[in-house]
Amino acid sequence: MTTTANAVEMSGIEKIYAGRHPVTALTGVDLAVGDGEFVALLGPSGCGKSTLLNIVAGFEQPTAGSLRIDGGPPRRPGPDRAVVFQESALFPWLTVRDNVTFGPRIQRHKRGSFEQEAQRIIQLVGLSGFENHYPDQLSGGMKQRVGIARCLLMQPKLFLMDEPFGALDAQTRLQMQELLLHVWETLKRTVIFITHDIDEAILLADTVYVMSARPGRIRSRNPVDLPRPRDVDMLTDSTFNALRRDILRQIREEAGKSGATH
Amino acid sequence: MTLDGLNARLRTFLQGLALPVVLLLLWEWAGRAELLPAGILPAPSTVLKTWEEWAFGSGGFGLNPYSGTWFDTVLFSARRVVQGFFWACVAGVPLGIWIGWSALAARSIDPLIQGLRPIPITAWLPFSIALFGIRDMGAVFLIALGAFYPILINATHGARDVGRNLIRAAQMMGASDRDLVLRVVFPNALPAIFTGMRLGLGVAWTAVIVAEIVAVKSGLGYVLWDAYYVGRMDVVLADMVSIGLAGFLSDRLMLVVQARVLHWRTLSRG
Repeated sequence: MTTTANAVEMSGIEKIYAGRHPVTALTGVDLAVGDGEFVALLGPSGCGKSTLLNIVAGFEQPTAGSLRIDGGPPRRPGPDRAVVFQESALFPWLTVRDNVTFGPRIQRHKRGSFEQEAQRIIQLVGLSGFENHYPDQLSGGMKQRVGIARCLLMQPKLFLMDEPFGALDAQTRLQMQELLLHVWETLKRTVIFITHDIDEAILLADTVYVMSARPGRIRSRNPVDLPRPRDVDMLTDSTFNALRRDILRQIREEAGKSGATH
Repeated sequence: MTLDGLNARLRTFLQGLALPVVLLLLWEWAGRAELLPAGILPAPSTVLKTWEEWAFGSGGFGLNPYSGTWFDTVLFSARRVVQGFFWACVAGVPLGIWIGWSALAARSIDPLIQGLRPIPITAWLPFSIALFGIRDMGAVFLIALGAFYPILINATHGARDVGRNLIRAAQMMGASDRDLVLRVVFPNALPAIFTGMRLGLGVAWTAVIVAEIVAVKSGLGYVLWDAYYVGRMDVVLADMVSIGLAGFLSDRLMLVVQARVLHWRTLSRG
């Protein structure tokens, strides 16, 4: 029997923040992300979905459970797992170009080996002409383009995206979703995408996992049967709407449950 | 800049100039009308004449020992300020960043520094003279010590307030701890470091005057006290103005350097 290793495999992941009043952020999380799969984690704020992402990224350690990345134990944070942060986390003292090439530069790669590729990626994400701008001169959407560009240049095995479009206005968000769809469909890399936006989750992902309120756990797995390549017109598709209704119902039930316990 | 903006700035400038000019004129009038004791408060025109002689006089040790010595005097003080300030930066910036970055350094070094800091530099004077004698080193030591604290404390704050996600972003791009300190924590702390350096420079000018009054025999502080002893209040006033001017100009210079180094902060959105 031959099985390709899952890109990410979690079982029984638990995260408790110690303190006077310990907080259980995650409990019993089992999740398998296939190689090249686009997974969306959907849940209310405070459900621990960012914690889950931080654990995969290596920023935080789980209290219990096992995590395997590419079949092996997780290592310290590194360029194999690129992260796109919600508030972009760009270096304000570097230009767009220097932010994008920060990774290869600190790894002492020769300039010639990445300069051309950096320029191609800057063009791909629509930042041509802004190479010498500083982050403070950019809009929120442009900053996220830089955040995505620097991850693309790293050529990671895994993309981790923590509500990357959560702070953007509706129109910019649609543009960024289309950009991400376009980029992903040419790369086919594994993505874990955190969001609280149902439309966004369905539009982008192969599989949408709905998480429950704190303590966070995986509530349901929802495969998205929409053909690729996708575009934002599918937001009104009937398959889309059926899935949307189903997920919405789950979330409402979840909200009712957590309301009853408080 | 638009013409309107220029006009507005000019108006603001003139408004700020009005009160000092009126006070100077009043003072001058009172001096000429002999309403002020000339031995304590000579008129501005007298002070200006004194300064001219001090700066451009032909020297000679007859009637006016200060004649032609102003530039040398200012240079003596400025050189000490530069030396002391340099050592304050060399010690304060790396140490501050280290304390801000490393919890171990914060636990082991910070208490010592916070314990020594309440001792004002004036209280260090006897110790400094005992250690270095009436020499330049004593003055430079005091200046460095005075400027060290604000530089260190601001560097510490700057290093501490680096965003968690900025560190994480650098880590996920493969940054080592060394990269984090040099390429993330340090540039992140630069604005605070400049704030500290400007404060430190102000303290340095205070310290140089104190040190020169007591611990060395040259410079603006020495002349200040010396002139007071021989009753030359015109020289004292000219000296005070010179100190103020030197402090002001060095702060301006610092601002120019800051604007250059932190150019990414001063850009307007567009």
